[in-house]
Order: sequence, then C-alpha cells, then structure tokens
Amino acid sequence: MDTEIGSLTIIFTEFYYWITVVLMFFIHVGFCMYEVGSSRQKNHMHTLMKNTMVIPLVTLTFFLFGWWIYFALPNGPGLGGDGSILDAPWATPWSELMGAHLGGPPVSGELTADDTASWARINGVFWAAFLLFSWTAGSIVSGAVIERVRSGAFWLIAVMVGSCTWIIDAAWGWHPNGWMVEQLGYHDAYASGVIHAIAGGAALAVLINLGPRIGKFRADGTPRNIVPHNPWLVTIGLFLIYTGFWGFYVACNIPIIDVQSGDGVYYSATNIYLTPTTLSAITFNFLLSLSGGLLATYIVSRGDAFWTYSGGLCGVIGASAGNDLYHPIQALIIGAVVPVICYKLHYWVERRFKIDDAVGAVAVHGYGGFLGVVIAGFMLWGYPSSPTEGYAAITPWGNFIGAVIMFGVLGFIPAYVLSAILKAVGVLRIPREIELVGLDLSEYAGRYMAEEDVHKAELEEARAAGWLR
Amino acid sequence: MTLEEVGSWGGNIADIGPLYPMVGSEGILVLLGFVFWIGWHILQFRMESVNYQDDVQTMKENGNFARALNGERILRPM
Repeated sequence: MDTEIGSLTIIFTEFYYWITVVLMFFIHVGFCMYEVGSSRQKNHMHTLMKNTMVIPLVTLTFFLFGWWIYFALPNGPGLGGDGSILDAPWATPWSELMGAHLGGPPVSGELTADDTASWARINGVFWAAFLLFSWTAGSIVSGAVIERVRSGAFWLIAVMVGSCTWIIDAAWGWHPNGWMVEQLGYHDAYASGVIHAIAGGAALAVLINLGPRIGKFRADGTPRNIVPHNPWLVTIGLFLIYTGFWGFYVACNIPIIDVQSGDGVYYSATNIYLTPTTLSAITFNFLLSLSGGLLATYIVSRGDAFWTYSGGLCGVIGASAGNDLYHPIQALIIGAVVPVICYKLHYWVERRFKIDDAVGAVAVHGYGGFLGVVIAGFMLWGYPSSPTEGYAAITPWGNFIGAVIMFGVLGFIPAYVLSAILKAVGVLRIPREIELVGLDLSEYAGRYMAEEDVHKAELEEARAAGWLR
Repeated sequence: MTLEEVGSWGGNIADIGPLYPMVGSEGILVLLGFVFWIGWHILQFRMESVNYQDDVQTMKENGNFARALNGERILRPM
C-alpha cells in the first residue's frame, strides 16, 4: 500500500468483489420470492423461513470450515500431487486474516509478511464471494423439497452442500491447482458443474428419500400439476435471480493480474483458472445463452411462463462452463438446446420414477449443469485448461468424468446418505396431518393469536370511550 | 503489531496488523462459534418437534382437522 498504483489495484480488487457480493444477494431475494410464489398458501411462511435460514447457517459454517477447505484440499483424496492437505493459514477460522486487518506484519507465527500484505484487504470480500456461491448451492436444494421437508433436516443438508461438498468440488475442479484441472483438464469457468450440477444431484438424492407431496400422483401413478400459486412472485423472483447471476459471473473472475509468462507484463481479467478473459466476453455470452434458453423453452413449453423463465436460467447454466471462450451464437445455441433436453427429462423422470421436484431444480440446475460441463468438453476440446505447464488440455472425457464427480460423487451420494439417515431417525419429513392442513399452523399461531387479542383490546377501548356500544 | 499495542493512529500505519480487540483469543472465539452453531441445531430440532406435536394435538381436538381441511383457519394456543 506504499505506491498509488499498487494501492489502487488492491482497493479496486477489494471493491470489485464487494460489488459482486451485493449483486449476488439478489439471487437469494429471488430464491425466496420464487419459492414462496411456487408454494401453496398454507405453506408460505414455512417455505420462506426454510430458505432464509440457509443464509446465516451457511455463513457461519463457511467461516468455520468452508473457506479453509477450498485452499487445503486441491490435491484431492490422494488423486493428485502428493495427496496432502495444503497449508492455508489465511483461511483457518482462527487466522488473524479472518477479521479486520490492515496488512502489517503478522502477530501469528503461522503467517508471513507476504501473507498479510496479500490477503488483508482481499480475504473478507473473496470469502464472501465464495460464500454467496455457497448460499446458492444450498438454496437450489431448498426449492425442490418445499411443502413437506422438515426445516431442521433441510438445514443440515444445506450446511453439508453449502459448506462442505460444493467447496470440496471447488477445491478439486475450480481452483487453479485443483487435481481435476491438472489431471483431467476440467474446465467449468462459470460453475455449470461446480455449483449447479452438484446442487441438482443433491436435490435429486433428497427427493428420492423424501418422497412426493401428498396428492402429487394419482392412484394410477400419473402426476398432477401443483401450480405456483403466484406467478407474479415467481416472475420477479426469477428476474432477480438473473440479476444476481451478473454478480455471480463477475465474481468468478479475477479482475486484474499479470497474465504474461516470460518477458514483459500484460494485465488482464482472468477466469478462476487464471487464463485470460474479458468482462465483454462473458457479457456477450451471458445474454445470448439467456436468450437462447428463453426462446427455446417458450416454444417447447407452449408458452408456459414458469418454464420459460426457468429455461432462461437453464440456458445460462448450460453454457456457463465455457462462457469465457464461446462465440455468442455458440452460447445462444447451447443455451437453447440444454433447457429443451432438461424440460423433457424433468417430465420423463417425474412420470417414470415418481420424483416430485416442486420447482424443476434438478432439471434446471442438475441436468443443465451436467450437460453444460459435458458440452464444454467437446466445444473446447484441445484448449489449454490452465496457464501452468504440464496440465492436461480440455477434453470431452475429462469434462465428462468431471460432470459425473460433480453430479454423482459429490452431489448425489453424500446427500443420499445424509437424507437416508435423517429419514431413518424420522426427522426428514413433516407429520402427514400437518402436510395436509399446511405447515403454517405453527408459524401463524402466535401472530394471529396476538392480532386477535389486540383487536379485542381495541374494541374494549372504543366501548370505554363511548364510541361503540 | 496490533492496534491495541499501537494505541493511536499517529504512528506508522503500515506496521498495524489486526484491528479487532483481544488478539490471541481467536481459538476460543472459533470454539464459541462451533458451540453456537451446534447448539442452534439442537435447540431448533427440539423447538420444531414440540411445534409439530402441539400442531398434531390441536388437529385431534374439536373436529379441528376436518375444519382445517375445509379451509377454516385453526390456531393452536401458544
């Protein structure tokens, strides 16, 4: 911080991530509106609180261990490098850098002067950017399981997905030195697999153990459509998710570093793998993939608003893995094809396996993210995955294996095991009587009782004043 | 060097590291964070179980279940 240009670079980077955090907050406003709009009136408050409390729980646990996982586990479980856990003294929850710090010499012996100078002004905002990704991962599961999951059980699952499994996959495949990048050439620049596929896989696992809502399927097994009670709330919710997605894209970049190897310097934005990209590139591709999704899903769903909006989101998710490098028309086509496949898959899985995914989260995020990673493997075949010499190039098989790891190994399996345990001890699903009459009985009880008391008191006051007999 | 040790903003700012009070107590603070987190889940599970028991009990009384299914708002006492 002793030269003006150096200080400007640091403070610009600090401010850059801070802005992304504020923008990404809209994702969670959107998720809350979307879920409440999708639920029936008898379940509003429960649905709202279930999603809201993901925020503080994942925040606390991501502080306690999530951030450390990202920096400590890129080597994977003995699969890359020497398989060891890396030192990350700036990310341990007891580090002095996990708090207000001006970057002077360290007090703790674990840290060096370089650590404090590098991380003091970046650690909090970089942590928060990743934290907002973590909330998203937890919230994706939330939508699928509305109207019958017990909140306490869901929150344990959300902590596991938001502060453990997704950040393990980020360490493996979304870290410049992750073993999946090094050995598989895994490329997933804007997190098709790293966030969406893993959360979709987890949602599918929980849905299998949770079962469908009462009344979802007829006696002959055909599904009933439980429509969103408030399409306007759903609409605004999804628009806010789109808005937050801008922040998400920008947060996946590093705004300004020297990318020139060898002689000379060249300052550029990079993706998370430290390969150069530009904000213009991702802006083209974000908008074209969104457009592809909206246009295609409008047709395939015969103009259904719920699916058209979800399809727009799925279009972005489907193209995100390669949206740092695609041509905008490629992003448009991928953004159109992926949600059409996901739309068809959603209804096929619903009919075939009696899976009641209330908001289509498994399709939009899970299948969309999986396909996005696989398609990027073909589209970017032969591209370098990293600026580091010796790393594998991007290939279809590398990205396919990566997609399986995201959706299946780290998404589906841990969530299946945890939700099966919660089911076995009888705390995964709410009592059936409560599901029938609505979850808001408890939430409303205190408020309406108080309202009635207050109303009685007002009437007594009016009588005492002689204004009412 | 911590701000507590410096004691003023008048010295060399570049020498200042942590700004928060009680530097050195981070381990205990993290332990408190874990207790807060785990304790919250335990309290929440208990609260939720009691809520559902009370709700189910309310539904069993005075024909409340049928009335609730017919759209009437049934409130359980707090």
